[in-house]
Amino acid sequence: MAGSDAPVDGVTVPLTPPVEDWTTDYDILDAEYITDPYPIWADLRGDCPVAQTDRWGGSFLPTRYEDVVELARLVPVFSSHDPLVVRPPDDQQVIGSSGYHTVNAPPISADPPVRTWSRRLILPAFAPRAVEAHETYTRALAGRLVDGFIADGRVDGAQQYAQQIPPRVIAHLLGVDEGRADEFTDWVRGVLEIGLSNPAVRVASRDKILNFFAGEVADRRANPKDDLISELMEAEIDGEPVSDQHIIGTCNLMLVAGIDTTWSSIGSALWHLATHEDDRRRLAADLTLLPTAVEELLRAYSRVTMARVVSEETEFKGCPTHVGDKVLLNFPAANRDPDIFENPDVVDIDRQRNRHVAFGVGIHRRAGSNLARMEMIVALEVFLSRIPEFTLEDPSAVTWAGGQVRGPRRLPLAF
Amino acid sequence: MKIQVDSDKCEGHNRCYSIAPDLFDVDDYGYATAAGDGVVPEGMEEKAQLAVDNCPEYAITISEG
Repeated sequence: MAGSDAPVDGVTVPLTPPVEDWTTDYDILDAEYITDPYPIWADLRGDCPVAQTDRWGGSFLPTRYEDVVELARLVPVFSSHDPLVVRPPDDQQVIGSSGYHTVNAPPISADPPVRTWSRRLILPAFAPRAVEAHETYTRALAGRLVDGFIADGRVDGAQQYAQQIPPRVIAHLLGVDEGRADEFTDWVRGVLEIGLSNPAVRVASRDKILNFFAGEVADRRANPKDDLISELMEAEIDGEPVSDQHIIGTCNLMLVAGIDTTWSSIGSALWHLATHEDDRRRLAADLTLLPTAVEELLRAYSRVTMARVVSEETEFKGCPTHVGDKVLLNFPAANRDPDIFENPDVVDIDRQRNRHVAFGVGIHRRAGSNLARMEMIVALEVFLSRIPEFTLEDPSAVTWAGGQVRGPRRLPLAF
Repeated sequence: MKIQVDSDKCEGHNRCYSIAPDLFDVDDYGYATAAGDGVVPEGMEEKAQLAVDNCPEYAITISEG
């Protein structure tokens, strides 16, 4: 409901007609596509490497690595101004109290030249040395979470662990109240998950995020702090301060992109380890294997699909595309392409040559990728060292979300 | 063996730096360059090749010399 505070919990996959032809009528919110997209992509790669659909506002879906990577580099003809994988209905493009009409989240929603300076503004906060500074905090947080459930012999690995880490790490990094982590989580799911099929929830959730950061910026205007938001407010581009609207948009990006994606990756990794005893035992016995294993888990369970919008009449891989069409950056399918990865559907935690594009490729490589890696490695290290033996408590109780960001949302584990 | 990072291609994935922190430097923005003069110390050749093979931007090249 528009503007409601109803909890955006549970996986809401709306009822849509079943897909009969994935090449011309695919559905990125179809239950089968969300739970097990790999056979669908394998078929499409052979039959129709760029599929098409009219569902959810219409889009094109490449499945080959080379095509996805090429698309990522075709800027600005394939523009980033609205990177969501579904298009809001035309009559809902301009709603919401904050008055934005599309996605205000630079640099992810910007093309050059704005993309370029707005990216340089935030990159230092996510460079390797800056990220290292958050490792101690993340490790202590993960440890406290385990303390909270280890005596129970069971845990929802998605809700009680994976989902609890990224909102607090990003709040810590931005300098906002970590105690509101659960609210942040609801807002972000409202934008990227529930909101995909419910534009009213999406807009209401995005408004809450933008209004929250408008308040944070106003507070710091009055009382500057020693945190990232204050730092962004003090920055100058070509001698000019950065507008509040831009800072609020960038904070929106850091919250949205820093939460849903990373908890999905941690959750998928726990799902893999709960269902693959050999990998779990090897990693628990030797945590130094984790950095390589995490790259493989990122490849095999890539979570993010982005979208580009066609800005001039052109074609993509022989498909005529028109202004406003969406073409999906299907990084998860690219990472399962047998032309690039040997045995792509086998998760090989020792895989050495792994040129995956889980964090995108080209000028919009995920700015927070180092932070996400650190959070994944620390979360898994702490979990495996405290709870080396665990399994799915009830495989049928596991639920997945997908479309834009794929990952488990309920993951009952027993130990 | 010598490594080189093409700064026009590097997008700051930091895969090379994670694999071989001794062979690469990263700046404050996360962009990589070859450490020192780029010469790969003996015994590090395999790491250098892995850095090349994991770069999503094909930004790293190896030359003999």
